[in-house]
Amino acid sequence: MKMPFKEFAAATVMATAMSFAAPAWAQEDTIKVGVLHSLSGTMAISETTLKDTMLFLIEEQNKKGGLLGKKLEAVVVDPASDWPLFAEKARELISVNKVAAVFGCWTSVSRKSVLPVFEELNSLLFYPVQYEGEESQRNVFYTGAAPNQQAIPAVDYLMNEEGVERWVLAGTDYVYPQTTNKILQAYLESKGVAKEDIMINYTPFGHSDWQTIVTDIKNFGSAGKKTAVVSTINGDANVPFYKELGNQGIKAEDIPVVAFSVGEEELAGLDTAPLVGHLTAWNYFQSVDTEENAAFIEAWRAFTKNDKRVTNDPMEAHVIGFNMWVKAVEKAGTTDPDAVIDAIIGVSVPNLSGGYSSMMPNHHITKPVLIGEIQADGQMETVWQTSGLVVGDEWSDYLPDSKDLIADWRAPLSCGNFNVATGKCGGKGTN
Amino acid sequence: MGPSALRCPPLSCRTSPPHGGRSLPAPRKANLPTCGKDVRQDGEGRGLANVSPIARNALIAFVSLVLFLLAAFSTARAADETELRTIIAKFATSKNFNQTEEIVRELGATGDPVVEKVLVALSDGNVAFRKADQAVFIVKEGATVSLFDPVTGESAGEAQKGELTKVKVNNGLRRVIRDVLGSLTLGADDPAVRFAAAQTMFRNPDPAAIPALDAAIAAEKVAHVKRALEQARASAVLVSDLPESDKLAAIEIVRDRGDRDALSILTAFEARAEGALRDAAASAIATINSNLAIWQAGQNVWFGISLGSVLLLAAIGLAITFGVMGVINMAHGEMVMLGAYTTYVVQNLIRTYAPELFDWSLAIALPAAFLVAGGVGLAIERGIIRFLYGRPLETLLATWGVSLILQQAVRSIFGPTNREVGNPSWMSGGFQIGELAFTWNRFWIVIFAMAVFAVLLYVMKRTHWGLEMRAVTANRRMAASMGIRTPWVDAFTFALGSGIAGIAGVALSQIDNVSPNLGQGYIIDSFMVVVFGGVGNLWGTLVGALSLGVLNKFLEPYAGAVLGKILVLVLIILFIQKRPRGLFALKGRAVEA
Repeated sequence: MKMPFKEFAAATVMATAMSFAAPAWAQEDTIKVGVLHSLSGTMAISETTLKDTMLFLIEEQNKKGGLLGKKLEAVVVDPASDWPLFAEKARELISVNKVAAVFGCWTSVSRKSVLPVFEELNSLLFYPVQYEGEESQRNVFYTGAAPNQQAIPAVDYLMNEEGVERWVLAGTDYVYPQTTNKILQAYLESKGVAKEDIMINYTPFGHSDWQTIVTDIKNFGSAGKKTAVVSTINGDANVPFYKELGNQGIKAEDIPVVAFSVGEEELAGLDTAPLVGHLTAWNYFQSVDTEENAAFIEAWRAFTKNDKRVTNDPMEAHVIGFNMWVKAVEKAGTTDPDAVIDAIIGVSVPNLSGGYSSMMPNHHITKPVLIGEIQADGQMETVWQTSGLVVGDEWSDYLPDSKDLIADWRAPLSCGNFNVATGKCGGKGTN
Repeated sequence: MGPSALRCPPLSCRTSPPHGGRSLPAPRKANLPTCGKDVRQDGEGRGLANVSPIARNALIAFVSLVLFLLAAFSTARAADETELRTIIAKFATSKNFNQTEEIVRELGATGDPVVEKVLVALSDGNVAFRKADQAVFIVKEGATVSLFDPVTGESAGEAQKGELTKVKVNNGLRRVIRDVLGSLTLGADDPAVRFAAAQTMFRNPDPAAIPALDAAIAAEKVAHVKRALEQARASAVLVSDLPESDKLAAIEIVRDRGDRDALSILTAFEARAEGALRDAAASAIATINSNLAIWQAGQNVWFGISLGSVLLLAAIGLAITFGVMGVINMAHGEMVMLGAYTTYVVQNLIRTYAPELFDWSLAIALPAAFLVAGGVGLAIERGIIRFLYGRPLETLLATWGVSLILQQAVRSIFGPTNREVGNPSWMSGGFQIGELAFTWNRFWIVIFAMAVFAVLLYVMKRTHWGLEMRAVTANRRMAASMGIRTPWVDAFTFALGSGIAGIAGVALSQIDNVSPNLGQGYIIDSFMVVVFGGVGNLWGTLVGALSLGVLNKFLEPYAGAVLGKILVLVLIILFIQKRPRGLFALKGRAVEA
């Protein structure tokens, strides 16, 4: 019988697909986990560690016997710090490699670029980095901090413990600092801080000449009120910023800087002696003194064969996210995304700071907030922490556009931007 | 309290016994007039470390009994060592920062300069207690932790890290310690310490300190310290309940100081003052502000020069490869990066094998970076660029590919994270002239950039090689027929440009991240400088770099860093429309070569 053209074409396509997917056929009894982190380009500095973390977690899980009786297999791709490439690579992971879940992204713009792909192909993304909030998507789980789990407690600390009355909000010029600063400004004003006591400053990515800005900060700080800098300066630009602060003699006792993007990794490239006392706000520090953390650091260092390897907050977020996913898959008995999305809400797993983090219906998790001071050895020492866990608030209560919005992905609501004032799902932030 | 009382207050003069061990406190009284000196010798006098604990306790008990009797008879409250030890011992039981702060204040209230040691150590995070017996020590971390007695500063053995718990400090505590130390060290022997104390007290005015300051002023012999003390007194007067006339005088003193700190004090004062005082404060603030505005302009010029010399360093190698040879070298930034990584490797070797040479590490790295980057440059020219002369588009793409390869190679070898390049001691910190703040690293980079420029100019204009280079640029065929081996001149010119980029990397490693992306940040700026200054002209590059730097720094305060950069770019585009060949255009036949 003559094969109709349509069938012939389909067969060819299938054959091609099969030949591409050949290695996958050979190991059909594995569950694949996608790792979508830049291994080259500007973001490699931060993201490479997270790729290693995922490989480490998957290896540990396989040692425990895998998942649902199958071995886990990592599929690592390199989106090369190129935002559109993130979307392409995500598509490749989901439709070609058939991964059960993806762990990845760092910058908000990379996350925004992959969102439509995850929605269209109905897969899962675990996003491990602190971000600006104002988003909740059915296929995404935000295991990093929302602004109320990092920025606002940090500002509270400065206001209450250090008596700060004048604020410099300094950030890199892109979406995370701008949204965070908008929220912080609204928050500060709600606390009675006058407009002229807030200075907002943006700098380009990779800014290296901080002379003028540090002088400006110094001048702003000489108005007879206690001044602090809230820094959302991204990654690399921090090193020259702190160097200039140190060289111009701005001490933490006079003008403390609290940073949201400076972790142990960033400080590893820096002589931290002049920075002692400057602050960072995270949900985890390497120096956290718990048994879970000690065991994790030891295993991590054994895995990387480097006994000086540091750990940081987004790593912990991946640990939590991965363990939640494992538990949810076990609960659902399948890796099917819809089943996992339903099963994962309410799952709680131990975090590394001695408590339990749970996945909330808004796809954000509960975390403690820690304020640390930078030490001479590049570690942070916790000087303050929230008494309990803080629930991630996806829609900020301090922005007029989003204060009425909530997200709840449980049936029957199943909505990422439900407006409690109008009682309708939809509105701002439908992306 | 009289003047002498301050320099040598009785309550702090219960200090040291004669050298050679602990004896009865009786002779202390005899020490009173010279107590300032004796305090410094405490270390020798208070050896308790070798005395057995029981004997020590007994001794302490006995001494404290005697002291108690003594105190009962004297009006001055003497803080004795036991009391100090009791207070210091409380650090071990402190639950939070507030409790620690109270202990610090208690220590300060003893008025005993001996507590300086433990307070400084605490501020540096070097005070810990032993978990086993709650004994508090000053610690110094090495392979193991060395312990020192918190009162005498004498060695008290060693311990493992795990046996000790550090007393935690935060910013608030460090501030309290600084204030406490400020008033304690007002009577120190070293004028620099007294000066620092006066500065601290100026910034943290406390009306209760006025009598002490009066006493210190009366006793002070060094003019600039005396002025600082008077200013500290004035700032304290402004927060006191003294009459208006005193405050008016104080406003003048603070105004004459004229710096940011003075402005800070006056602004705070103005906010709560009324009537004539408010007006006086307002006019003083206006005077200071107008003075500062002039300084600020000077400061901007310096910032501009400093930014300009960074641009100059980054661009000057390109001025040769692009300006003189006409090669669009997109891998230029990576040569800078290679220079920075060479510095890192050199520093690592020095740290491992000859730590005492660390302050020389940059000088050693310079020739190494020149050779590494120059060598890579030579390889690129011989391997790729020489096949592409006269085809700018292909050169651009090929060198861009090379730049990606180099970046990824460095990323694979050294890892994607930043590498720490230390600042030698002479590159750290800063100095002040009037209200102009200079940082040493920027200062040396300006000097260095000028030196590199001068040397390069000499090579180009005064050496045989430079002559050949210029001859080849001006007319290749003519030069070849004169016997110049033009391919090798090309290769070495390119290597020279790359080598210069390498030594720029050594300098940039001091102010920027040493990461695989280091070069990318400079490539655009470098091309901008060369094009703006005039292709093929070293002087143009110098003037171009400095004027772009200054322009940028004058725009930045008004437009912000982001908009400032955009404005500069727009201005350059407009300028190039008007003068397509840049500031200093080459004339004559060379233009078409």
